[in-house]
Amino acid sequence: MMESSQNIPFMTRKELISFAVLAALLFLVLPSALDVFRLSLVGKYLTYAFAAVGLVLCWGYGGILSLGQGVFFGLGGYCMAMFLKLESSDPISTKIQSTPGIPDFMDWNQITSLPFFWQPFHSFGFTLFAIVAVPTIFAFIIGVAMFKRRMGGVYFAIITQAVAAILTILIIGQQGYTGGVNGITDLRTLKGWDIRSNEAKVVLYYVNGGLLMVALFVSQYVRTSKLGRILVAMRDREDRVRFSGYDVDAFKIFVFCLAAAISAVGGAMFTLQVGFMSPSFVGIVPSIDMVIFCVVGGRLSLLGAVYGTLLVNWAKTSFSEAFPSLWLFGLGGLFIAVVLVFPDGLAGLYNSHAEPALQRGLVGLRATAKSLMRRLKTA
Amino acid sequence: MTIAGYSIGDLASVLAMQGFAGLILFSVFTLMALGLAIIFGQMGVVNMAHGEFMAAGAYTTYLCCHLVQKFAPFLFGIYFFFAMALAFVVCGALGYATEVYMVRRLYKRPLDTLLATWGLSLVMQQCFRSLFGAREVGVSLPGWLMGSFNLTDTIQVPINGLFVMTLTMAITGAVFLLLFRSRWGCQMRAVTQNRPMSGAAGINTDRIDRYTFAFACGIAGIAGSAFTMIGSTSPTSGQLYIVDTFLVVVFGGAQSLLGTVASAFSISQVQSSLEFFLSGSMAKVITLLVVIGILMLRPQGLFVLKVRR
Amino acid sequence: MPSRTDFLLSIEDLTVSFDGFKAVEDLNLYVDHGEIRVIIGPNGAGKTTVLDLICGRTKATAGSIRFKDEELTQMREHEIVRAGVGRKFQNPSVYDNLSVFENLEISYPKGRTVFGALTFRRDKAVKDKVEEVAETIFLADHLDTKADILSHGQRQWLEIGMLLMQDFDLMMLDEPVAGMSVREREKTAELLNRIIAKRKDRSLLVIEHDMKFVENIAHSVTVLHQGKILAEGSMAKVQADPQVIEVYLGH
Repeated sequence: MMESSQNIPFMTRKELISFAVLAALLFLVLPSALDVFRLSLVGKYLTYAFAAVGLVLCWGYGGILSLGQGVFFGLGGYCMAMFLKLESSDPISTKIQSTPGIPDFMDWNQITSLPFFWQPFHSFGFTLFAIVAVPTIFAFIIGVAMFKRRMGGVYFAIITQAVAAILTILIIGQQGYTGGVNGITDLRTLKGWDIRSNEAKVVLYYVNGGLLMVALFVSQYVRTSKLGRILVAMRDREDRVRFSGYDVDAFKIFVFCLAAAISAVGGAMFTLQVGFMSPSFVGIVPSIDMVIFCVVGGRLSLLGAVYGTLLVNWAKTSFSEAFPSLWLFGLGGLFIAVVLVFPDGLAGLYNSHAEPALQRGLVGLRATAKSLMRRLKTA
Repeated sequence: MTIAGYSIGDLASVLAMQGFAGLILFSVFTLMALGLAIIFGQMGVVNMAHGEFMAAGAYTTYLCCHLVQKFAPFLFGIYFFFAMALAFVVCGALGYATEVYMVRRLYKRPLDTLLATWGLSLVMQQCFRSLFGAREVGVSLPGWLMGSFNLTDTIQVPINGLFVMTLTMAITGAVFLLLFRSRWGCQMRAVTQNRPMSGAAGINTDRIDRYTFAFACGIAGIAGSAFTMIGSTSPTSGQLYIVDTFLVVVFGGAQSLLGTVASAFSISQVQSSLEFFLSGSMAKVITLLVVIGILMLRPQGLFVLKVRR
Repeated sequence: MPSRTDFLLSIEDLTVSFDGFKAVEDLNLYVDHGEIRVIIGPNGAGKTTVLDLICGRTKATAGSIRFKDEELTQMREHEIVRAGVGRKFQNPSVYDNLSVFENLEISYPKGRTVFGALTFRRDKAVKDKVEEVAETIFLADHLDTKADILSHGQRQWLEIGMLLMQDFDLMMLDEPVAGMSVREREKTAELLNRIIAKRKDRSLLVIEHDMKFVENIAHSVTVLHQGKILAEGSMAKVQADPQVIEVYLGH
């Protein structure tokens, strides 16, 4: 029984075990059970999990539903893609182009010099900075514009959806500068290291997993800090929090930007693992998919978001292989089912069914062990 | 004197024709937005499947066209009216079912309604794909609807466009009459403004909700019929306009139907005018950005009543 | 017109109109230090609107609200709170999903910026203050109880406690005893008097309908009617005023 007047610990013992189980799954079980192809597929799914984790903070705790997380995922991914593309577009490899030294799609679109906003992406350091900074600044602008005007709830969700649509249209329309509907493809090396080789994919999987754990720890810290409690308070009674002297808008902007930054890291890792980035990960459809991963996990559970992402994506791949036309029925049905029947998602199911069963099992085990010990002693 | 290579007279004609193209777009927006304004603005329900209801109406029209061509070619000249009525009924029925099985449970949770209706839209898209194939299908128009009408020497006006616009005005007028002059409309407005009181006054709020939702979906069905006259239909047609439609409703001030119409007009005109000078995608981007920008300055939309917060 | 500037709260010529309807019109109200001022009046008189205007929830159309020499009409809600004005809402507005301790802790005036909230530690100062306030509001034994299972009266006290955590100079209470039993009302009157006794420069602005309760706590009473002041003075004086009897108290 947790005494309320103690500090809420960063992680209770139960949570520590859950985190350890996830870590074991990601770093030990899956790599030994799966071949490189499937492992890297899981790695791809885990990048979506970044966005879902961000949504747990921003939506589950903060009550801010964003239907545009694809925007930040995509911005992070595009930053990384731009760096990788420039690396493989050095003047020597591209000497057959009309203008060597620029990416192939620019050449196809009769562009003759590298646009100014591509220039800084020659530097890896800048790219790393941009992956986090650009989406965060973008989120900040949206947040300031919306939250200061007290636009929340459904209106905010619709506007984020519109932003996702706008960015997609922009990227597709400006194909000379962005690679258009095909995106930025044919990415080969990161600082000379071939990212397409099998060993690279394994390394990237571990790096991705590691970054995801970091994101989870950061989110856990925020969740258990006073800020986390204020988010919950704000979600229920925003006026009261405001009248307790809190600048509620600043808190909303913070959590929205944090979710954006986390999603962006996922996007960058996606580009590295999959080898391309396109507008099909930026728009309305992928953004809502990210929301469903979060919902399936149980919107308030960080680990649930990861498991939800893995589950839905695994189902998608399996179904698409076996029954391609049924998949959309399944996904649509999943949306409806989770909202109507399982609003607490996987975490809710775990808490109400799996955990009590586990407890009973553990108790039974302990009792059996004790009686065994007694018998051994008296023997 | 010329501007960008066009004479003044030419420009005027171009703007007039572009304006007319904008009017067709305005009609589609209005019909879609009217239904959504009723559902979202009046009932507070977010229906992400509204575009798919429209597509259902379009597919119904396509089926009608097909059947008439096959079994009753003598009716071809007037089949369109019959198709629209059928679209209204079919989509109304679909809407009714949706309200009963899904929306009814989620009235207090608008964000969840959003997700559930998005799921419905996916299911409906897949249904269209399975029933009608993934490729676009077109509707053949009867002879009297085809071709253009020469307003002046240089301005040509497509007849199907005129038909759609007249239709839109008729339907908008009918909706206003229904909402503000009929008993049912009065009851509907009462329920959305004060549900408990309406119930206490003997209005069957459940039934009103159902019929209102069904009615709005029926209008979307007619929008779909109209849509077939200006473009072909594919399973993803519904997705084309859903974001715009929501913005139109919010921009117009979700509570006001007049605002919805005004908003549909301004947005469609801005977009089609821009389309002439810029590429199609940039025109859309700029239009959406302008709308969002204005919404940020005035979040309540164009028409709003000032009330104590 | 008094020109003393040492009132705690000076409202002058305050007007707010909603689409032409004047909810509050040319209001002049002065609250002294250490005073319990009660505002009474029929429903729709503008009482809650006055509180909304002071705390910044509604923007005034004209007039000035000066609090300790600061002009409140130019400030945002959380700035007004930081300046020392606290408000208790008509419906008890506590955080249902948090415990009594956490409710009070959130109101502690530290860690209210984003960075502060991230790095906030629940140290002894915080714990002592929470326990002290909990004692005052009769909830010392309920620190770990989740707020949504408290009784209605306890929720009202919790909200008052949340205001006490911040040591406001002016506390505004909107119908604090609504829905309470007779015994709870007596305890609440005791609580309010205790609050004033502890700090001489603090004032209370209370809206209430229960005349017996008002008698127990009021230093002076203001009667509001249709957005304007009908009468002002001690409870006895106001209760005897014929206009007040006509409009509100009844014969």
